[in-house]
Amino acid sequence: MLKLENINKCYNPGTVNENTIFQDFNLSIPSGQFMTIIGSNGSGKTSMLNLICGNIKPDQGKIVMDEENMTNMSEHARYKRMGRVFQDPAAGTCPSMTLLENLSLADNKNKAWNLTKAVNNQRIEFYQEKLKRVGLGLENKLDEIVGSFSGGERQAVALLMATITPIDYLILDEHTAALDPKAAETIMQLTAEIIEEQNLTTLMVTHNLKYALEYGDRLIMMHKGEILLDAFDQEKSQLILNDLLNKFFEISIEVGNAI
Amino acid sequence: MTILIGIFEQGLIYAVMALGLYITYVILDLPDLTVDGSFPLGSAVCVALIIAGVNPVLSLIISFFAGVVAGIITGIIHVKLGIRDLISGIIVMTGLYTINLLIAGKSNVPIFEATTIFNNDLLKQLPESFKQYRVLLVLIPIVILCKIALNRYLHTKSGLLLRSVGDNQNLITTMAKDPGNMKILGLALANGLVALSGAILAQQQRFFEASQGTGTMVMGLASVIIGIRLFAKIKLMSFPMKVILGSIVYKAIVAAAIALGLSANSLKLITAILLLIILLISEHGKKEKVQQYD
Repeated sequence: MLKLENINKCYNPGTVNENTIFQDFNLSIPSGQFMTIIGSNGSGKTSMLNLICGNIKPDQGKIVMDEENMTNMSEHARYKRMGRVFQDPAAGTCPSMTLLENLSLADNKNKAWNLTKAVNNQRIEFYQEKLKRVGLGLENKLDEIVGSFSGGERQAVALLMATITPIDYLILDEHTAALDPKAAETIMQLTAEIIEEQNLTTLMVTHNLKYALEYGDRLIMMHKGEILLDAFDQEKSQLILNDLLNKFFEISIEVGNAI
Repeated sequence: MTILIGIFEQGLIYAVMALGLYITYVILDLPDLTVDGSFPLGSAVCVALIIAGVNPVLSLIISFFAGVVAGIITGIIHVKLGIRDLISGIIVMTGLYTINLLIAGKSNVPIFEATTIFNNDLLKQLPESFKQYRVLLVLIPIVILCKIALNRYLHTKSGLLLRSVGDNQNLITTMAKDPGNMKILGLALANGLVALSGAILAQQQRFFEASQGTGTMVMGLASVIIGIRLFAKIKLMSFPMKVILGSIVYKAIVAAAIALGLSANSLKLITAILLLIILLISEHGKKEKVQQYD
């Protein structure tokens, strides 16, 4: 269970740029839930993920993970149990290292970073199996530099790296947004498979309404730091694209955007 | 021949320093100016120890650790206190000038009569025709040892993490490790090597001089970039090896400049202009990221 309790967050308080993102914001995500999050720009989606991951700290309120208050926990310590995939495919891999080195790096998470050899040859078969599932032929590119990979390939590697060690929470920050439609589809399917297999509690921010409806067992729509729509299992499966689009138009008119 | 031997001697001594700069500048992508202070620090510590009668080899090892401490201090100022990297280095470099004088006692300390790694009973037994190579005979194994150790380290788990800090710092955080601590480790190792280089130079020149460190960073950077660019096409050669060769090539260029009639007094100016030219040729000034490692 991941809980955000009575969160207040304001950027640049006391200046002309003061921007209140959250006021008494509450959200709880039960273990094993796959939640998709949609919302307009500036709605607080990414701020929410950043609060959970620890890049930003709340002004007030608590962030609780399985009864443990982690509001003041350092960013890196939170990742012991979390994985995150970013929008930018370059953000999840080391470009100057080989695929094998990248996977070895990820594979050593939560283990000792000592003076033993970085690459364990006995794990290569395991990596190749994982890579084969992606279906991009990456299993034959273990010795290639990741910097030379395409966006889709890099995002697949980033996803594998984020989930190669046992984690409980997976944070997906528009992770298919920078990919072409075909690559996005591949990554999204792989994501769903991994989440199912490892029973990961997942938060997925997306601008793709189709994915938001199709995947996951809960959908929330955010606007100006509030949750406008919160649909669970049954209710979610009955939602259709038009419902979401209408809701989006309502918001847009409200904030004065021309359509 | 004497000039050629001189180039190799100087090139190899400064190669150890260049290996340190390779860690900070290329691997960590962090401009570290501490080196201008940690280079003479190694020299000061080594000379003080030798005068105190400590074994020359042991003096080198202790000098290395003196550099490690300097690197850690820069790292703490940068990472824990949040001061910009360049400024952190300048602060420690400036402070070290005084520390170095305190360690050595005064700004110029000779050790002409002392036993050093280049001047001991064992080397005196060499046949007369080998005598002119005695410095190289000692230097080559030391540099090879440093190169192998660094290479090995970069392929360990800890080394892999260090390499990824400069490559993608965010990723380290998601690997549940603090990138700041890895930066401190990198700075420690780098300045250790720089101080070791200074200590070796002190034993070869047989004196400590307080201003020995001026321009170390520029010189090291030039060597690193020459090595990496010049041997870019040779895939089988490891990066530390390229850096070592770069250092020798750099010294050859400087020797050539002096042979062409430029006075030794203008050495620093040559160094500065040379680095500028290298940067322009290799288009490094555009902040294009070189491939760090293969």
